[in-house]
Amino acid sequence: MSASHLTRYLSASAQSFPDRPAVVGADGDVLSYAELERQSNALAHHLVTRGVRRGDRVGIVMRKRPAAVVAIFGILKAGAGYVPVDHAAPAERGRRILTDCRVQAVIVDERCLGVVPPCDAAGSQPVLVVVAGAAPDVAGRLPTGCSILEAVTADAATFDAPDGDPGDLAYILYTSGSTGLPKGAMLSHRNVLSFIDWCSSVFAPTPNDRFSNHAPFHFDASVVDIFLAIKHGASVHLVSEDLGKSPRELARFIVKRGLTVWFSTPSILSLLVQYGQLDTQGPTSLRLVLFGGEVFPVRHLRELRSRWRAATFYNLYGPTEATVACTFARIPDVIPDDRTAPYPIGFPCSHCDALVIDAESHEADTGEEGRLYIRGPSVFLGYWNRPAENEAAFMARDGMRWYDTGDVVRRTADDGFVYVGRQDRMVKRRGYRIELGEIEAALLAHPWVAEAAVIAEPDPAAGVRIVAYIAGSAAATGPLSIIELKTFCATKVPAYMSPDQIVFQPRLPRTASDKIDYQALKKPLLDERATTLAG
Amino acid sequence: MEEVKNVIREFILSTHLPGEATDNLHDDTALLSSGILDSLAVLGLASFLEERFRVQLSVFDLGVERFDCIADIAAVVADARQPGAKAGVGGP
Repeated sequence: MSASHLTRYLSASAQSFPDRPAVVGADGDVLSYAELERQSNALAHHLVTRGVRRGDRVGIVMRKRPAAVVAIFGILKAGAGYVPVDHAAPAERGRRILTDCRVQAVIVDERCLGVVPPCDAAGSQPVLVVVAGAAPDVAGRLPTGCSILEAVTADAATFDAPDGDPGDLAYILYTSGSTGLPKGAMLSHRNVLSFIDWCSSVFAPTPNDRFSNHAPFHFDASVVDIFLAIKHGASVHLVSEDLGKSPRELARFIVKRGLTVWFSTPSILSLLVQYGQLDTQGPTSLRLVLFGGEVFPVRHLRELRSRWRAATFYNLYGPTEATVACTFARIPDVIPDDRTAPYPIGFPCSHCDALVIDAESHEADTGEEGRLYIRGPSVFLGYWNRPAENEAAFMARDGMRWYDTGDVVRRTADDGFVYVGRQDRMVKRRGYRIELGEIEAALLAHPWVAEAAVIAEPDPAAGVRIVAYIAGSAAATGPLSIIELKTFCATKVPAYMSPDQIVFQPRLPRTASDKIDYQALKKPLLDERATTLAG
Repeated sequence: MEEVKNVIREFILSTHLPGEATDNLHDDTALLSSGILDSLAVLGLASFLEERFRVQLSVFDLGVERFDCIADIAAVVADARQPGAKAGVGGP
């Protein structure tokens, strides 16, 4: 089946399988295909009658539960793009994101109302707010203009989705920005449809599949869980944030729900191996295990592979800008005991072309390293309102437009691409992209701090360790405690960006051109490690 | 109780607050609600406590309501050490 709009997946499955479960919440609450279709129609109707138009942006700030999937489809049916915001991240960051892309409406849990940008502030448009999960008796306490999601979706409004174009905006995902403000990658329906079609051809889902959804909606792995499951009439089982915190509970959930398809970061799978007590959990129904977003330590992958023997494992690689994955590698059924090298990121998916360019602007030969460029229907529309970054993100070559992933890979003869690293200041931690500059901007916002430099160093257990060097301003009185600075930092950036270590120095080292000397800061850490190893 | 608190304090200082003065980490310093410990850090701390004190903690003990500061965490450990405390990880 080839669709022109993501909402067609839902409409088709709702016709074919009205009574089958589409979305199952962590508590076991089920939304059938017919219900998901009906409720998302009602929400779309509500949004459109209150002024949401094709191409508008609508924010979602919700805990993970079936109503959040209703919100996604309701927004898409209204012709708008959804902008999922991390409800657990500082409200200030969420507000900046929603303000940046000038959302027309926000669908928000009652306790996250603080994230909603102020209405009618000078120069900004009024924001329509739909509150999710609010009891009707609190309606009077809500700000003017709010409606309640459950009341809206109880409305049996019929809705004829306007004809959309595949080039329409589907969602904007904000990733860490180097100057402190997150930047929004805009993905179209065509981008997602091309990737989902590729998934269909390789993973062959059926209506009997039970997908997990571990990734939060502001992380693009969730796109696979939701749209691939809905396209094929399968069910998607939401892993709530609480459940995700306990590997033992999570391992039990996988068995109890009879999940057949799993997709998460290696960090989560490593935790399952270490703390999930997989040897006592009984057999799973998993047939497909997908992971991506970071390197999977082979030691943990080997153990997981041996526990979940019936499943096929794939490593998916790709930046958000190229829609979830643009290269993939199948992991062998048996991982040799002596293997320590991480598995490669493999070969380009069939809907993408890849190019590796070396430092001399030549195409890299087998065995050589170079920067990875991607083109094809899954490459994003660009960053929201960032002309300079959009210019820098693409390269013209041979009359074609290539997206610069910024990732350095090595081309091999048999295994496709091997991931090498990056040349800029972006790091991955637990699958999340982090621009070290965004952490510096957060630290510099503290009045005590005059200089801040953040570096990342490899860490065998956690992947990377983030170390912040801080110098106080001359006017600063008394010392600043690490606890106070970390607490302050947590009001500016999400928890996964918080530095592992904070080191105070009288002043930070400078280069001859008076820039912060990052190499000099990295040196003591290397020396320390050498001492530890020698000791 | 003081011994348990000191073990927790020592672990948090060395693992998550290297370089911080011991005196700055009080029994009632907010750890979860302040963002000092995230969910992964809580998991590591819980696993450490389970091993160190030979107890089983429930996922319901690990939220901000019951696990936010050293005093709270020590109380959770003390409960779990009571004879007859429910073994296992709890939950439906």
